[in-house]
Amino acid sequence: MQFIRAHVLVCGGTGCMSSGSRQVQAGLEDEIARRGLDNEVKVVQTGCHGFCEMGPLMIIYPEGVFYVSVKAEDVPEIVETHLYKGRIIERLLYREPLSQKSIPSYDEINFYKKQRRIILSNCGHINPDEINEYIAAGGYEALGKALTLMTPAAVTEEVKKSGLRGRGGAGFPTGMKWQFARQSPGEKKYVVCNADEGDPGAFMDRSVLEGDPHRVIEGMIICGYAIGADEGYIYVRAEYPLAIKRLRTAIAQAEEMGFLGKDVFGSGFNFALHIKEGAGAFVCGEETALLQSIEGRRGMPRPRPPFPAVSGLWGKPTNINNVETFANIASIIVDGAEKYAEIGTEKSKGTKVFALTGKINNTGLAEVPMGITMREIIYDIGGGIVDGKKFKAVQIGGPSGGCLPEDMLDLTIDYDSLTAAGAMMGSGGLVVMDETTCMVDVAKFFLTFTQSESCGKCTPCREGTKRMLEILTRITNGEGREGDIALLEDLARGIKQTALCGLGQTAPNPVLSTLKYFRHEYEAHIKDHVCPAGACSNLTGYTITDDCRGCGMCKKVCPVGAIAGEIKERHVIKHKVCIKCGACEGKCPFKAIRKGA
Amino acid sequence: MEQEQRRGSGGGKISGQLQAIFDKYRGQQGTLIPILQEAQNRYGYLPREVIGEIARTTDNPVSRIYGIVTFYSQFHLKPRGRNIIKVCQGTACHVRGGKKILNFIEDKLGIKPGDTTADLRYTLETVACIGACGLAPVLMVNDDTHGRLTTELLPWILDRYK
Repeated sequence: MQFIRAHVLVCGGTGCMSSGSRQVQAGLEDEIARRGLDNEVKVVQTGCHGFCEMGPLMIIYPEGVFYVSVKAEDVPEIVETHLYKGRIIERLLYREPLSQKSIPSYDEINFYKKQRRIILSNCGHINPDEINEYIAAGGYEALGKALTLMTPAAVTEEVKKSGLRGRGGAGFPTGMKWQFARQSPGEKKYVVCNADEGDPGAFMDRSVLEGDPHRVIEGMIICGYAIGADEGYIYVRAEYPLAIKRLRTAIAQAEEMGFLGKDVFGSGFNFALHIKEGAGAFVCGEETALLQSIEGRRGMPRPRPPFPAVSGLWGKPTNINNVETFANIASIIVDGAEKYAEIGTEKSKGTKVFALTGKINNTGLAEVPMGITMREIIYDIGGGIVDGKKFKAVQIGGPSGGCLPEDMLDLTIDYDSLTAAGAMMGSGGLVVMDETTCMVDVAKFFLTFTQSESCGKCTPCREGTKRMLEILTRITNGEGREGDIALLEDLARGIKQTALCGLGQTAPNPVLSTLKYFRHEYEAHIKDHVCPAGACSNLTGYTITDDCRGCGMCKKVCPVGAIAGEIKERHVIKHKVCIKCGACEGKCPFKAIRKGA
Repeated sequence: MEQEQRRGSGGGKISGQLQAIFDKYRGQQGTLIPILQEAQNRYGYLPREVIGEIARTTDNPVSRIYGIVTFYSQFHLKPRGRNIIKVCQGTACHVRGGKKILNFIEDKLGIKPGDTTADLRYTLETVACIGACGLAPVLMVNDDTHGRLTTELLPWILDRYK
């Protein structure tokens, strides 16, 4: 038998690939072969480790040494020093930003220490294109247990008891949903996985699908058994080509192994799985719209009831869950509902994967137990704010969520506390903002998004978001009027109460939450015509600093003649004439022109 | 225009080329969107004649297909460039300067989002989020994701796509 003495795991997630992990892996394979080590060292491409900031990432086992920001040029040294001589390469280790201490092992890094990885436990550690690695890590054990030892009713009951709630946003109890679908009369039923992850700032579903696709597939098959469905669809965004590719491979392998197809585990249960590629419409994340889209129509939501559990895909009872929800199922079945429910808070059980992005040091994916505080996520795991700037707000829940200010940082995170604070769990995107982010501009950003993604079926969403966006645009342009805030609030309430689907009902949240916590910024824009963060260009002037040498470049480039000054003397901008085009800023060879309120 | 006319000549040729796609999905449910996706992969966009042929074969009115094509951002009614640049304008990219990246490319190529350069080399588009937020600001050219962008990097990236 061949003896492999070392495994080199190279991250093949989208983040690391775009940082050059493909070249690193190819170089590594060549170098290892050149040195004749290919019989004892194996290179494995894995899914996402979540620490995208430091990519490309590499782990070398058996030592478990964790190298970050690895470049193709580093490969000969890695082979020579680490794999040949057995020495750790100090300069490729991760350094804690505060202590500057280099840390050789994965688990010792603050970013990972506070996490509790269940859903992501395999991501970055197994080869997603190899079903045997998933099985070796305990995969498909849950399916075997469910199919051979449990009745469909018992599986449903177990999921109910676990307290698992939908990870797609609203947090409806998953077990209840399964029970409704199970009890719906009908011979033909469907299981659908919502992988239309469209929230800007969220990429946990993508990483799970790319890094551990079998976990999702296993969850779906178990669901099919529980509710009595024999066919399933995964609806994936077309923007995720790598996830689609890995899913196709995974489905083919599961079919070959007999986990999908006829008579699974000799139980008489049949299950077939298909992939549907989305065609680019955010609203298709809404379940009824998603079903319309699978059926080949415009993805427009319809009123509920009837819920999909009663009349879903092609009018048949259908259960729809999000990627992360399905990824939880296997551990509930294997370890039991009680064990699962030990993690989390009273009403929100288990873990949640958050995507940390924005002005934060450690961007990436973090899986944490429910009930952790926002402060722990942002400072302990996220490593604080970039460039030592001041924290201003964290946006949670994407276009349906809200912005929370600094004094909410100690809020414990669960579905209900977030909703009470005017935000929402949503899919779990956390975008951190510092003092240079304008909150009115952020609200405008989200409204621009929902307004363009509104399907146009119901009037409150179609017209209402447009009017709100017009008001926000005029405020950020410095043309805000007295009464605009009241008008925004009035429109927001109306849309929330009357829109047809979740997209419309939650569209005003970014505006309402910023009005709740950052009203003074709106007032400054409207009354004083000032953008306190210096982000809205119409409300921000340019000034020339003492660094000016009087070269006259800015004067030449200014299209409206707003700059005055003699050669070799400091120039001045005439603010009344300036149109804030910014042309001078880019031209100045001494970087003496600054934007500021 | 010229390209469209060239491709448009001879409806029989089009139906021949589409036949393989129709055969693949025959007898299945909900196949209109996959058929449109594959047809677009073949032609780069959805020419009028192709839509007409799909309507005839799948027994749908052209209006219904037009409704679907205009609903989803993935479908295109105009010819597109050889390289598709998608600049992410998601939240994370927004707070890390995604707008600047877009403006730079607009200036450099002299086109706005949705347009194609005259030599058909590039089509510029925006996308709401490509889920690579850890590397913001990001863009995609065809299937390649490029992250941690700066305006200095852009000319070099764009130049690689001929």
